[in-house]
Amino acid sequence: MKLYGKYFMIHFKSTMEYKTSFLLSCIGQFLVSFNVFLGVYFMFQRFSKVEGFTYNEVLLCFGITLMEFSLAESFARGFDMFPNIVNKGEFDRIMVRPRNEILQVLGSRIEFSRIGRILQAVVMFVYGFTVSDVHWNVQKIAAVLFMLIGGTVVFGGIFLIYASICFFTLEGLEFMNIFTDGAREYGKYPVCIYGKRILQLSTFVIPYALIQYYPLLYLLDRGKSYYILLPLIACLFIIPCLLLWKLGVRHYKSCGS
Amino acid sequence: MKKYFAFFRLRFSMGLQYRAAALAGIITQFVWGTMEILMFRAFYHADANAFPMTFQAVSSYVWMQQAFLTLFMAWMMENDIFSAIVDGNIAYELCRPIDIYNMWFSRSLATRLSKAVLRCMPILLAALFFPAPYGLMLPVSLPAFLLFFLTLFLGTGVTVAFCMLVYMACFFTISSAGVRMVAVSVVEFFSGAVIPLPFFPDKIRRIMEILPFASMQNVPLRIYSGDLTGSAMGQAVALQLFWLFALTGIGKLLNALAMKKITVQGG
Repeated sequence: MKLYGKYFMIHFKSTMEYKTSFLLSCIGQFLVSFNVFLGVYFMFQRFSKVEGFTYNEVLLCFGITLMEFSLAESFARGFDMFPNIVNKGEFDRIMVRPRNEILQVLGSRIEFSRIGRILQAVVMFVYGFTVSDVHWNVQKIAAVLFMLIGGTVVFGGIFLIYASICFFTLEGLEFMNIFTDGAREYGKYPVCIYGKRILQLSTFVIPYALIQYYPLLYLLDRGKSYYILLPLIACLFIIPCLLLWKLGVRHYKSCGS
Repeated sequence: MKKYFAFFRLRFSMGLQYRAAALAGIITQFVWGTMEILMFRAFYHADANAFPMTFQAVSSYVWMQQAFLTLFMAWMMENDIFSAIVDGNIAYELCRPIDIYNMWFSRSLATRLSKAVLRCMPILLAALFFPAPYGLMLPVSLPAFLLFFLTLFLGTGVTVAFCMLVYMACFFTISSAGVRMVAVSVVEFFSGAVIPLPFFPDKIRRIMEILPFASMQNVPLRIYSGDLTGSAMGQAVALQLFWLFALTGIGKLLNALAMKKITVQGG
């Protein structure tokens, strides 16, 4: 943990050397996810409801999903650059150090410009909260907390899978975007609007629905009370991800020059 | 002209080499397209009357968008160009007896086209076999189809011309990341990549349709899906031509300015 703090400070200092660029990147990050919001906004200018969800409810859903994703992304995005690390054989360096590999990869890149996106997530989150007609009580606040924890873990797990696959393919696979950026993009609406098949898939294969749709139903007083615990169950998703990573590390052959 | 064509050919055949990447791209775009259509379906079920296009037209729009994604996506810029400007390799390019604007233009055009050639066919074929309202419909008529191709090229030209402005801006700002991201999000939103332009309220849409961004993917995709016809179509094509010349003109001007004060970096 102390080591991570150190990595954090190094990246922070180096980012601060280029202040204008940093600021513009922040704005850029902000705009990218703001686009998604505008998309939702203008769709609801035309339609009042989708699958029984109103604009306010969708916003709440969007805010929470974006928050989950941003949290996971801000510290797990080091995995994004992982193909480069494997490609250039830099993973050798990581292996010889007497520290946990995952921690080192995480520390290899911390993107402060994601602050823009986190800021956007916070704004959406707060906005979603204030406009929603949810009657808040302790259980519901707990549900939101669980969603954030579960969501961060699940998205972190997906980043981990992305990196683990690189051990075998040596390059990043574009289609993994479906599960990372795609999930964020489509998480703006409750999963159920994409139909029953997608809902089943995202319940049992990759537990998106457990961190988004079911707890959301609970917040809106439409779900059963055990839905509150589902995000925590979703955390189990990290186990197969870690196993895949372990397998990958064992499979790793150094390459590059 | 011949030398720029050579650059074009070189890039084009280079782009064709990345078949594995293309396969991954095809899968990705296929899933994105499906999800997008499922989302529109939910809205269609919610209120069919509020739908500004027929559902079939929306499906065709989405599939065409996914198939020709590489032609229009603003984030697909040439990283070599940015790094050449930042690390000083630009010096080599300047030594050559060619116009840098034209060279980059033909290179970017070639990259986009080669990627699209590799990717579009499987997506289009598969989309044709989707059941009725969800799949790609056949073109409405032969003239409309030809016009679709014409506007597809014009739209690509406008997109590349716009990206050239971003490269040129990099000469002045050096660090490209910020400008690039802002430009990309603006393009995405105003070109109809987030949601198709007909879904916007009328007042906003009218303004958006005049902007150069609407001349990118909006025109060809809507002509194909039969949403844009008659005099509105003629206007849109004229506007495309206008923006193509205007953006190229501004780009060349910026290029000339940049060449006057260029600093070669790196060591």
